[in-house]
Amino acid sequence: MAGARAGMPVCVGYFSVSFGFGAMALAQGLTVWQAVLISATNLTSAGQFAGLTVIAAGASILEMILTQIVINSRYALMGLALGQRFGPEVGNGKRLVAAFFDTDEVFALGMSKPGRLPASYFVGAGTVAAIGWIGGTAMGALAGSLLPLSVRAALGTMLYGMFIAIVVPQAREEKPMLVCLGLALVLSCLFTWMPGLKDISAGLGIVICTVLAAAVCAVLFPVPDEEVQA
Amino acid sequence: MRIYIYIAVMAVTTYLVRALPLLFMKRKIRSRFLRSFLHYVPVACLTAMTFPAILSSTEHMVAGLAGAVVGVLLALKKQSLIVVAVATCAAVFLTEWLV
Repeated sequence: MAGARAGMPVCVGYFSVSFGFGAMALAQGLTVWQAVLISATNLTSAGQFAGLTVIAAGASILEMILTQIVINSRYALMGLALGQRFGPEVGNGKRLVAAFFDTDEVFALGMSKPGRLPASYFVGAGTVAAIGWIGGTAMGALAGSLLPLSVRAALGTMLYGMFIAIVVPQAREEKPMLVCLGLALVLSCLFTWMPGLKDISAGLGIVICTVLAAAVCAVLFPVPDEEVQA
Repeated sequence: MRIYIYIAVMAVTTYLVRALPLLFMKRKIRSRFLRSFLHYVPVACLTAMTFPAILSSTEHMVAGLAGAVVGVLLALKKQSLIVVAVATCAAVFLTEWLV
């Protein structure tokens, strides 16, 4: 229950972000049911938006697999961190369930919880968040055709607002985090605008930026033993 | 029909990427480098996804920039997730409307 309560703000945030997704899916020619099905089975922001592009382009299944692996590879890294956080007392069955709910925001919630992290807390927060995500998709898809493009685009930026709300306070508290944020920011700009680098697909670019920034900070500011658990 | 194949492939790929590391990495990681690396991954990844992508997500770049600035300022003032997200969105919408 504590997890469900912690998930409430994420639920509200997801509702608005997925509203944008639902509206966009309909604009790409999907039905309301199909848009909801994608949200209910994927539960990921960036991956779904990217998947929609692949579907709209009628690209191959292989391309879909590659796009999803690259865009979602951060979940593999997060899954590693989460697995450490759970510790040995959380068994395989619980881990298989928890994996489904491992989104950026639910992950951040779980990792920032003080003390032990039970799987029930994580799944509780994830379930509440998923309700918002699926509900918002349905509403957005139903209302999609009625909204002008500018409103839909503005709704899409809520996702970035959520990311900002997660990273900025951490960077404010911890100086190494601030360095990490700055590094990722500069690298990300290079991969977007610099000739040569900008030809790398957006998804892959994010993966490279993440690995580089995190690796440099790990060398410069290794975490002490206690802090990993905190 | 093809659309359902796409959706199934999407769902399975996404789930496997999430589940496999969670399932097979249960022992405590000894390497201090790896533990430190994992400590920094979320912030690095979310930052890279947000900027500069927010600039191109709007019709005018300045609207995305306004949203980012408002979001960062409110986050520095320790506002909640939902306040920051809504304010970012509102700033984008207002700027688009003014430009």
